[in-house]
Amino acid sequence: MNQPTLNIENLQLGFKSHVGMSKVLHGISLNIRKGERVALVGESGSGKSVTARIILGLLQTLPTARISGVLEFEGRDLTKLSAKQRHALRGTEMSMIFQDPTSALNPVYTIAVQFTEVLRRRQPKLKKLLAFEQAAAALRQVAIDEPERVLNSYSFQLSGGMNQRVMIAMALINNPTLLIADEPGTALDVSVQAQTLDLMHKLVQEHQTSVLFISHNLGVVRDFADRVYVIYKGRIVEEGATQLLFSNPQHPYTQALMSAVPRITGGGIPNIPDVSDRYSDPAYIHPASGGEL
Amino acid sequence: MNKVILSLQNITKTFALGAHEVRAIDDVSLDIHRGECLAIVGESGSGKSTLANMILGIFEPTSGEILFNNSVLPAVRDLPLRRAIQLVQQNPLSSLNPRRKIAASLRLALDVHSIGDKNERQQKIGELLEEVGLTAEQQNRFPSALSGGQRQRVAIARALACQSELLVLDEPTSALDVLVQARVLNLLNELRAKRQLTYIFITHDLSVVRNIADRVAVFRHGKLVELNKVEKIFSSPDHAYTRGLIAAIPVVTQDEVLLRDSLGNDGSTGNHNLLGNKEETR
Ligand SMILES: Nc1ncnc2c1ncn2[C@@H]1O[C@H](COP(=O)(O)OP(=O)(O)OP(=O)(O)O)[C@@H](O)[C@H]1O
Ligand SMILES: Nc1ncnc2c1ncn2[C@@H]1O[C@H](COP(=O)(O)OP(=O)(O)OP(=O)(O)O)[C@@H](O)[C@H]1O
Ligand SMILES: [Mg+2]
Ligand SMILES: [Mg+2]
Repeated sequence: MNQPTLNIENLQLGFKSHVGMSKVLHGISLNIRKGERVALVGESGSGKSVTARIILGLLQTLPTARISGVLEFEGRDLTKLSAKQRHALRGTEMSMIFQDPTSALNPVYTIAVQFTEVLRRRQPKLKKLLAFEQAAAALRQVAIDEPERVLNSYSFQLSGGMNQRVMIAMALINNPTLLIADEPGTALDVSVQAQTLDLMHKLVQEHQTSVLFISHNLGVVRDFADRVYVIYKGRIVEEGATQLLFSNPQHPYTQALMSAVPRITGGGIPNIPDVSDRYSDPAYIHPASGGEL
Repeated sequence: MNKVILSLQNITKTFALGAHEVRAIDDVSLDIHRGECLAIVGESGSGKSTLANMILGIFEPTSGEILFNNSVLPAVRDLPLRRAIQLVQQNPLSSLNPRRKIAASLRLALDVHSIGDKNERQQKIGELLEEVGLTAEQQNRFPSALSGGQRQRVAIARALACQSELLVLDEPTSALDVLVQARVLNLLNELRAKRQLTYIFITHDLSVVRNIADRVAVFRHGKLVELNKVEKIFSSPDHAYTRGLIAAIPVVTQDEVLLRDSLGNDGSTGNHNLLGNKEETR
């Protein structure tokens, strides 16, 4: 019964096109325990969002995608689920904060309508007025001080950070077992970001939610995650407990990433090559983390 | 040559929302100097993107005037003006035509503005996209087949291709890993020096601001609350809100923790230690 919430082994992904097959994931293995916050960081275009979409079962519907590998959610084999079963998981047991909130929200419906739909996935008979109240309360928790106005708006009438918080609130409201947060803080000012992360942190502890946290902001990752996977060109290159990995990065790519973070103490924009043969060195797995449960 | 390239004079922008009125920008005046990089930071929802949209002529201010090279910007802009001021939008997916391949999208921008020799355009585009780190194969894809950061780079390359004078960059590197971010920021710096470009750089990433901006404008509730040189902002900010922001920056080194704490420990709104005192264990 001590199975991880999410278990991925040797996940491979390719996209077929008229010029042939382009491989994107070259065998990713990753697991998340119950209540654990795991960060996935790395190169832009290395395969973070596609991994998230595969977990949610969204990429499987794309005719050009070729996917293989082990995918288990609470011991259930995700690859064996029907499209309908996958759909039932989304928004209830698994939820996702998408990278581009403005386009992930539907511009044709008000936020209230979309929120009600999400709430009714768990509470099918929920009355409109009650849904509005629950949604408003959830928005207040992510530092939105005029929830009524936001709920009555369309996404294009809201700022980038407001849309992002709407997505965050929607993703959290049904108490998912697994939360996938793809760049959840990019449009938030640092105070609101801290507040939002604090909320996520609290909910995770309360409900033992497992989190896959995708971010380019290493400072945020250092504060939020228990464990980190570093990905480069579709391969995991380093894995370890957050503290260990930040204090003692071992893989050349991780080391380069760490030294490329601009510092608030100044010193200019670092000039470190973003491509190098050494970034493809074999993976380094820090001891006393990962695998064992 | 005139030092002020863009002048915002008592700009206010309100949106009507049913019976409600949203005051997105509230009486903002600000001069932007030719060749500088001015960062705009502040609260989420404080009107930064609204301001960008007004500079681009996408929205009209409710009141106030915007002067570009000393003349008032008209509601309807001719081609040269549209070319002179370019925007990289906060959400790159919504600004790229989903039915057009990347290279074709950029090609169209050059065709519209008749930039460069017709036969060389294709090659120019290829070079620029390569400079932001996109391969020839990726250039022939539709936007939906790119990652978030790859799309963001396409938007930057398109703005740069237009050889404008003023670039408004709304969260231009938020979807990039720090290595690619460094590459793009270094390219932006290089081109700014070479072509005397002016940047308005809107971002929540204060670590980037520290290392790229000359001056910083801090917004809150639609108002400009502080405008200062970047060194001043990060050593002795005037406004308590700015201090609170700096105190909340997520950082990666101990030196930064020290700097942040020395600025934020006056009981202001900073809350960098919200996450259960993790800081002390490191
Ligand atoms: N539909 C598709 N067809 C072909 N290639 C695709 C498709 N979708 C994504 N890709 C490619 O797969 C790779 C991984 O994309 P993904 O979106 O997972 O990157 P990412 O790690 O999330 O990057 P970012 O940090 O920039 O968001 C990218 O190189 C992208 O160009
Ligand atoms: N078209 C619109 N109709 C109604 N209200 C709008 C519209 N556009 C923006 N607003 C409102 O104006 C305010 C400022 O929004 P804006 O997008 O400029 O903020 P921002 O500073 O860019 O925030 P963020 O950092 O979150 O991107 C918000 O309250 C927003 O809801
Ligand atoms: Mg992504
Ligand atoms: Mg904005």
